[in-house]
Amino acid sequence: MQKNFAPSAKKRPDRATWISAGIIFFIYVVVFALEQFIPPTTMLFTVLKKGATYALVAVSMNLLNGFTGLFSLGQAGFMLIGAYVYAIFSIPGEVRARVYQYFTPAINFTLPVIPAMILAGLVAALFAFLIGLPVLRLKSDYLAIATLGFAEIVRAIFQWKKLGPVTNGSNMLKDYPTFNDFNIVNAEGKVVLYLSTLLPFVIAGVCIGIIMLLINSTYGRSFKAIRDDEVAAEAMGVNLARHKQLAFAISSFFAGVGGAMLAMFTNTVQAKGFTSAMTYEILLIVVLGGIGSVSGSCISAFLFVACSEWWLRFLDQKQVIGTFEVPLLRNGFRLVVFSVIIMVVVLFYRQGMMGMRELPDLFRKKRGKEAAK
Amino acid sequence: MSETVLRLNDVTMQFGGVVAVNNLTMEVRRGEIVALIGPNGAGKTTAFNCVTGVYEPTNGEVWFGNTLIASNHPSGKMKKLYAGENAGKYEKVVKITPDRITKMGIARTFQNIRLFKTQTVFENVLIATHLRKTSNLFSATFRVNAREERRMREEALRLLDVVGLLSVRDEKATSLPYGKQRRLEIARALATGPSLLLLDEPAAGMNPQETDDLGRFIRRIKDEFRLTVFMIEHHMNLVMDISDRIYVIDFGKLIADGTPAEVQGNPEVIQAYLGVDEE
Ligand SMILES: Nc1ncnc2c1ncn2[C@@H]1O[C@H](COP(=O)(O)OP(=O)(O)OP(=O)(O)O)[C@@H](O)[C@H]1O
Ligand SMILES: [Mg+2]
Repeated sequence: MQKNFAPSAKKRPDRATWISAGIIFFIYVVVFALEQFIPPTTMLFTVLKKGATYALVAVSMNLLNGFTGLFSLGQAGFMLIGAYVYAIFSIPGEVRARVYQYFTPAINFTLPVIPAMILAGLVAALFAFLIGLPVLRLKSDYLAIATLGFAEIVRAIFQWKKLGPVTNGSNMLKDYPTFNDFNIVNAEGKVVLYLSTLLPFVIAGVCIGIIMLLINSTYGRSFKAIRDDEVAAEAMGVNLARHKQLAFAISSFFAGVGGAMLAMFTNTVQAKGFTSAMTYEILLIVVLGGIGSVSGSCISAFLFVACSEWWLRFLDQKQVIGTFEVPLLRNGFRLVVFSVIIMVVVLFYRQGMMGMRELPDLFRKKRGKEAAK
Repeated sequence: MSETVLRLNDVTMQFGGVVAVNNLTMEVRRGEIVALIGPNGAGKTTAFNCVTGVYEPTNGEVWFGNTLIASNHPSGKMKKLYAGENAGKYEKVVKITPDRITKMGIARTFQNIRLFKTQTVFENVLIATHLRKTSNLFSATFRVNAREERRMREEALRLLDVVGLLSVRDEKATSLPYGKQRRLEIARALATGPSLLLLDEPAAGMNPQETDDLGRFIRRIKDEFRLTVFMIEHHMNLVMDISDRIYVIDFGKLIADGTPAEVQGNPEVIQAYLGVDEE
């Protein structure tokens, strides 16, 4: 009677998984190659660097909103914390005094890049944990409101003069290691190997890989159970409070790391840049890509950044064709277009680009078709 | 006589002015199949919810073996509203969340099927093995303990085999026909490793043939997994066929209990319940 299920119990990667892995590897190779041959000031690299950063932040938001079913709007706040922690702890000692020109720096040691990034994530996660303690016990709608408020408060507090010795008040933090510092330079100061675009791809890739592993682990399964049906999940022994806390803290950890990446991308950090508009951008990416799809978030992050930084830039500028001034095009019109897009998506394409599918699913036959055969 | 697995003492559950369960005292002993029956809205599901920690009873206590898993007395604004009996009898307040009660060994199914709808049949069962994991977040994410993950998967497959759903393991759970969804709910409940299984109308929506099969199936898993079964059911044939004892409630109050034969002959039951059925 006792059957042995060992062979089928193991999850083996199929052909579709290998194809996807191949595609991803190919993208990395292309990114590396492009960087060596195309001038580094090209808009393409701006898009790729910021795209990789936003991909990570979008996936971290998706982990919470898409996979655990908790609606949070605090992404900009956690990114801000991450960006600041990274900048504060990685500014080299010799330039610190210059950066903090109006204050005496309170933190006087420098961490290497990777530990500083991890610390950025940890501090963001700690804040999430503290907010989560009271808020996650309430009905889930409150989380959105609380996190949105939190992000605004953080933005104000980080500009507060009294905290100047730590945050440099409302002045910017700069001169910490950025993506460009990872290009390999020879003795004459000439770049011999460009790595400044590959680096964000590697960091985001590792982080997203960890998130994927988590999603496919027993914890990730419980997150999805909570999303699908809280009552049933709890009846199956899933400790709701604990798992929501975990998902929230982990999501915020990676938002913090994403914030650190953004700091490396922009070269300077200032709290006032981390507005709720940033959270909405990321929300738009998640919705467009598909709530509950990691690959969707990644693809849509790059498309979104390309549109907003590059392809749709013209919407924000006056355009004159001959003597005809194109109507509507003026500063801010781009945001109007994005708002319309999000409304159309929410109304008509609720699944986004990928729905809940992942990259390998695109190479698998649809189950329905198989059944019809 | 075998030991008591579940015991309710004067359990009252009141929603505002509505007394859904009224001073209910009952017990389930090891190895039994006990049925809880009563007309629609009698308070059966509410009684289950008091046992599983979904609701906090307004008054009374629930014991699981030697553990007090719920105890309460009317307090706050319920003090004035309380319409039940034995108000001063239970002083202790014990509230345990549903997940911890499941970990103690009480598993349940739901009257209005609550499967994880985006998940496959296999994943639905797999999720329910989570509570017995030993790996922490780190070791689970980085697959340090691959053996445990494998054990969980094997276990889930074995349970799917037991309920006869192995062949549809990769289908979406909600794409299954009704009867199979109910079986899947049972498999999922079994995956939590229970000693007491609560079934809320497991035969609802099934045809007579399926209902018959279900009866045999419940007996079989009861023996195979050494369970005690406590079930709510409307199909009288099934109830009379497999139950060792039956509790009948109406308007939240216990009106009869005993063996199927005893209950069947009870005039009050016929009046309140079986009579209504025949209309
Ligand atoms: N959360 C709640 N809030 C308010 N009233 C409730 C709640 N849950 C149940 N009730 C009420 O309690 C009473 C008993 O409901 P319950 O679902 O326990 O009945 P039941 O015996 O399971 O009925 P059925 O056979 O239809 O499943 C009903 O009058 C119902 O309206
Ligand atoms: Mg019911």
